[in-house]
Amino acid sequence: MTNSAFYVRKEMLPQSPPPAREAGAIKWARENLFSSPLNAILTLAGVFSVLWLFWEFTPWFWRSVWHANTLAECRDIITAAYGEGVTGACWAVIKERWPQYLFGFYPSDLYWRPVLAFILMFVALAPILFTSVPRKMLWFTMSYPALAFWLLWGGSIWIPVVAMAGFAIGYLAAKVALPVGGAIGATILAIVAPVVWWVVLAGAVADLLDQILPIAIEGVRSREFGGFILAFTIGVTGIVASLPLGILLALGRQSDMFLVHKFAVGFIEFIRGVPLITLLFTASLLLNYFLPPGTDFDIILRVIIMVTLFAAAYIAEVIRGGLAALPKGQYEAADSLGLDYWKATRLIIMPQALKISIPGIVSTFIGLFKDTTLVVFVGLLDPLKGITDAVRATTDWKGIYWEPYIFVGSIFFLICFGMSRYSMYLERKLKTDHR
Amino acid sequence: MAAVSDEPKASFRLSMLIYDTRYRSFTIQFVVLCLVMAGAGWLIDNLLRNLSALGRGVDFGFLTSRSGYDISQTLVEYTNDSTHARAWLIGLLNTLLVAFLGCVAATILGIFAGVLRLSKNWLVARIMTVYVEVFRNVPLLLWILMIYAIFTDVLPAPNAFRGENPEATMSLFGTAAFTNRYTAVPWVSFTNSAGWLDLGVVWISLDLTLIVGAIVGGFLTNRFLIKRAATIQEATGKRPATWWQSILALFGPIIVVFLALGADFEVPELKGFNFVGGLQVSNSLVALWLALTLYTASYIAEIVRAGINAINKGQSEAAFALGLRPGRTMNLVILPQALRVIIPPLISQYLNLTKNSSLAIAVGYLDVRGTLGGITLNQTGRGLEAMLLLMLTYLAISLTISAGMNIYNRSVKLKER
Repeated sequence: MTNSAFYVRKEMLPQSPPPAREAGAIKWARENLFSSPLNAILTLAGVFSVLWLFWEFTPWFWRSVWHANTLAECRDIITAAYGEGVTGACWAVIKERWPQYLFGFYPSDLYWRPVLAFILMFVALAPILFTSVPRKMLWFTMSYPALAFWLLWGGSIWIPVVAMAGFAIGYLAAKVALPVGGAIGATILAIVAPVVWWVVLAGAVADLLDQILPIAIEGVRSREFGGFILAFTIGVTGIVASLPLGILLALGRQSDMFLVHKFAVGFIEFIRGVPLITLLFTASLLLNYFLPPGTDFDIILRVIIMVTLFAAAYIAEVIRGGLAALPKGQYEAADSLGLDYWKATRLIIMPQALKISIPGIVSTFIGLFKDTTLVVFVGLLDPLKGITDAVRATTDWKGIYWEPYIFVGSIFFLICFGMSRYSMYLERKLKTDHR
Repeated sequence: MAAVSDEPKASFRLSMLIYDTRYRSFTIQFVVLCLVMAGAGWLIDNLLRNLSALGRGVDFGFLTSRSGYDISQTLVEYTNDSTHARAWLIGLLNTLLVAFLGCVAATILGIFAGVLRLSKNWLVARIMTVYVEVFRNVPLLLWILMIYAIFTDVLPAPNAFRGENPEATMSLFGTAAFTNRYTAVPWVSFTNSAGWLDLGVVWISLDLTLIVGAIVGGFLTNRFLIKRAATIQEATGKRPATWWQSILALFGPIIVVFLALGADFEVPELKGFNFVGGLQVSNSLVALWLALTLYTASYIAEIVRAGINAINKGQSEAAFALGLRPGRTMNLVILPQALRVIIPPLISQYLNLTKNSSLAIAVGYLDVRGTLGGITLNQTGRGLEAMLLLMLTYLAISLTISAGMNIYNRSVKLKER
């Protein structure tokens, strides 16, 4: 090899960066914001509207006042700081009326009771949500409704105890009747015995026990409830009670038995066909017509019953969709294993149907929780309109609009958004297919 | 019941009613029937005893008596001398009006939001996600109250539009005015109107009938033209041009009707302290309509998005492989399948919107709950009867809509063998 004229590169060129428009933020913007003329217009419109919203509302939020006792004082503070004619947010109303938003007109020296009930709710929920919690905790979960009722409304302890005793009586009756009357006899007795107990005996027994051993805490009337404890009481009870009822209704609607099917369809279609407001009005105006003369039925309890029935009908439809989506082979497999109807439903059908229905069930729950605001129209003090109107009715806070609405709306948003995210998490966790 | 009427076979024993699956369902149904009857009997017995204790029965006579209250917005004629039955009708029409307007607007907005949420444009997709999540997760009542508060508290009074240098100006290119008392919008008036047709209960506007007839007729003609073109195409392989016939069929009749009636486009104008001309819509209706629209549209957006996502990507790829252009792919392959997924939940959203319109109570718009279930109920004290009629009204609306949905479902059902 003499001195050849060939040029041979000995070292590699350093890698040059990609063209500026094919890298980094510019590439991303070109692909995601300005990929076509239409997209460019949309992007500009979007940027413009977002900027406009910020421009309009940020100053108002920026000029927030947190410490004041009246709206007039709030406005004075804003005027002093920013000049004449300037508006700003007056969050002081939330700060000052915080207890009212949480508890309504609940006696202030008893605030610890709803708070305790709220904390204990999580203890009761723990064994349901997490399998690692000891199973013995389920006893606490089962007795929690009575405990919560006693803490919230107070009064004699024997009323919730006697009410819960109905379930124990039903269980015992079924156990006694099972060897004698078979499954059907046991089921009938398990339904009839508690009803007889509640309607005929419970009141007298509670009175008797109260005389022998009076244990009572200060009672709170339903009209004193309000704010978020009212929304939570109605919402949580409705959610807990509507799921089993909805499952039963869905099974009834899928049933081969003519009468059971027709009753279930009639009930579901009736409830789904009328607005919740009419049901609430019925509960507040007309329910007394349908109860034995002289019965005085608690208004919150009536509302809870109506909200529960309403949500149960919707949940029944959601679960029916889940049941319909199950392949027929699942039913046939259960039959071929020799499982009877209830065993097949409990062990094979329901777990799968419920899993499919999770998104629908949770969105029904979200709807139920949002619908708790409607109780204002039967005279209860919901946080959104009831309490806000009460706050606005005082001379101190007359004329305040946006702050209470934004505050209550944000709380509802946090809870509902949280629920929907939890359902998405649950859906992913329970997903067993490998697609 | 049925168990008794069953012919007892030679080997039939009473215990088979419980242990034999062939007969057990009869037993269960019998028990269920007994329990339901007992429950219903108990309720009815209580009702009768309570009513007799109050010394009154069930009486619908109040419907024919004078109502004595005014309704600010009515679609057909009504005065406070009209009967309660007529007030019920007015309320029903008001419910249907806001429900119809809401359904139309929510569908348009919902489709836009749903499609834009799927857009490749990052910013627009994010904005739409925020819109959907914010509106879905906050009670509808809040939106109604907030929008109503904007209308009554933020908007200017009509007289703010006065003068050389007014504090407020008219929106939408000077054709509409949003004031704190009403919203004034342009409206069509007819110089040689066809008048009204008296049907006893209601008067029907012949103008409106003609317009609706022209629109429906145009659509039917257009459909016939397209069908005929398809038949010709299948027979000869050549599709006749239909576009000019379609335009003529769709717009011809309506233009003729408008010209014949002497239509005049009236823009509201400020005279003195108030707007005259055009149409003045009460703010309660506008606020309720806006809130229902925004709230329901967020649900519809999710339905549309789910429907489009539900179509397998292979479908559009197959269509492209067949050589179909994107537009035809959308029309012939994607949309027919997506609509099958979208329409049932969409209609149940319409149902929800109609039922949610009963929240009119929050803004004082007199819908059927406000007239029959509100003022009439309070005035006559006939709670039981009024609530019964109210529930039946809503049930009738719901069942009509679901019947329509069932017909649709049957028509698009996959033909399985």
